[in-house]
Amino acid sequence: MSSPRYWREIPQRYRLEAGKCTDCGNIHFPPRLVCSACSGRQFETVKLSDEGTVFTYTIIRVAPSQFVDQAPYAVGIVELDDGVRISAQIADVDLDALEIGQRVRIEFRLIQNEGEAGIICYGYKCVPA
Amino acid sequence: MVGIVGYGTYIPRHRIKVEAIAKVWGADAPSYERGLLLKEKSVPTPDQDTITMSVEAAKNALRRAQIDPSEIGAVYVGSESHPYAVKPSGTVLAEAIGATPEVHCADFEFACKAGTEGMFVCIGLVQAGLIRYGLGVGADTSQGAPGDALEYSAAAGAAAFIFGDDKVVAEVEETYAYMTDTPDFWRREHQFYPEHGGRFTGEPAYFKHIMGAARGIMAKANATAADFTYVIFHQPNGKFPQRVGKMLGFTKTQIEPGWLSPTLGNTYSGSSPMGLASTLDIAKAGDRILLVSYGSGAGSDAFIFRVTERIDEVRDVAPRTRDQLDNNKVYIDYGTYAKFRGKIRKAT
Ligand SMILES: [Zn+2]
Repeated sequence: MSSPRYWREIPQRYRLEAGKCTDCGNIHFPPRLVCSACSGRQFETVKLSDEGTVFTYTIIRVAPSQFVDQAPYAVGIVELDDGVRISAQIADVDLDALEIGQRVRIEFRLIQNEGEAGIICYGYKCVPA
Repeated sequence: MVGIVGYGTYIPRHRIKVEAIAKVWGADAPSYERGLLLKEKSVPTPDQDTITMSVEAAKNALRRAQIDPSEIGAVYVGSESHPYAVKPSGTVLAEAIGATPEVHCADFEFACKAGTEGMFVCIGLVQAGLIRYGLGVGADTSQGAPGDALEYSAAAGAAAFIFGDDKVVAEVEETYAYMTDTPDFWRREHQFYPEHGGRFTGEPAYFKHIMGAARGIMAKANATAADFTYVIFHQPNGKFPQRVGKMLGFTKTQIEPGWLSPTLGNTYSGSSPMGLASTLDIAKAGDRILLVSYGSGAGSDAFIFRVTERIDEVRDVAPRTRDQLDNNKVYIDYGTYAKFRGKIRKAT
C-alpha cells in the first residue's frame, strides 16, 4: 500500500467513516462520489457501528507476500449492526470454531508495515465479540 | 474540581505461562511463581502494538466519558515501546478517536511511569483552563531479552484516562512527584532489549521512590494509610507491590482490586494505571484511592483520587479490566510466543 493512498483513506480505516446519501439514505462504505442507488451527489459523514455478525468468510492459506506470516487466517464479510457490510480480517479466532452468524466487533490493528523502514499502516479488523 | 471523566483499558487475549518460559531456559518455574508471584503474562499478537492497544483503551475511556472526542485538547501516550522512533504514537491515536486537528500531542517516555506522566500533565492543563478535556494513556508491549529475568514479566496492555472538570467519576485531591537519577534500568538508542543494573533494582530504586512518593503525598494531604479505601503501586511482578504496601502500612484488602500482575505480568507504562482502572471498576462513591507509579531511571508519580457517584453510571458501559484479564484467554507455547514477539530470525 502506498503512503499517499493509506493517508487518504485514514477516515475509513481508522474511524469507519461512511457516506450517507442525503437523498435516499443509502450508506456507502467506502464513501462514493455518486450514490449507486439514486445517483445523488450529496452525502453526510456517518460512523459505522463497531459490532456486527459474520455474513460469510473464507480461510486464506496461501497469502500475499506481506501477510505470509499470518497464514492461515480468516477473511470475512461482516454485516455491521447498521446493515452495512464490510470485508475484514477476522483475527484472534479459532479457525475451526469460526461460524457464519457469529458476533464480532471492530478492533484497531496493525495491518501492514511498508518494509523495515517505511510507515506502519493501521486499520480495522474484526474479533470475536 | 478536576478529575477522571472516563477510563478504559485493553488487554490482548494471548497468554504465556511462566512455566512455559522456564522450561525453555532450564529455569526453576516455582521460584518465579512463588518468589515473584508471577503465574502468566499477556502477549500481543504481531498486529498489536502500543498504538493499537492505546486506541482500544481510549475508545473504552470515551464510552465511559460520553464526551465529544473533538473536545479533547491534549493527547499524551506514555510508553517505552512506541512503534516509531520519530512520529508520536499520539498522532495515530488522536486521529483514530476523532480528536484531530485542534489537539496538543506528545509522547512520553520514562520506563514504567510514562503513563502517569501524561495523566499528571493533563490534570495540570485542565486545572489551568488551557484545555477542556485531556487524554493520558499508558501502554507498552515490552520485551525482555530471551532467558533474562525480565522475560518472565514483560507483558502488554494499555490504560487510558480522560481528565476534565465536569462529568467527573473520580476527583483529583492531590498530586506529587519524586524523582532522582538512578541507573537501575535503561536502553540505549538502537538496542533491542533494555539493560538493568542488578544491584540497583529493588531497594534504591523501586522501594525508595515509591515510598518517597507515597510518604510525600500522604504528608501533603495530611493522610495515613488507613485513610484510603484502595491503593495501587507499580507492579513489576506480583511480590513488590505487596511488599511495599506492607512497608507503608497498607493491607492486602486495600491492594487486591488493582493487583493484576500475577496473571497479567508487568505492562510497564500500563501497569499502575491499569490497576487504577481495575480498582475504579469496583469502587463506590466516596472511596479514596492512592496511586503510586514507578519508572526506572528513576521516579514515582503519586495521585489521590476521590470517587464520585457518577462511577455507577459508567463502570459497565465498557469492559471491566478484571473481565478482560480472566476471560477469553488463549494460551500459547514458547515457539508461538517467540514468533509473535519477533525473537527468531526467519528466512527472507
Ligand atoms: Zn442515494
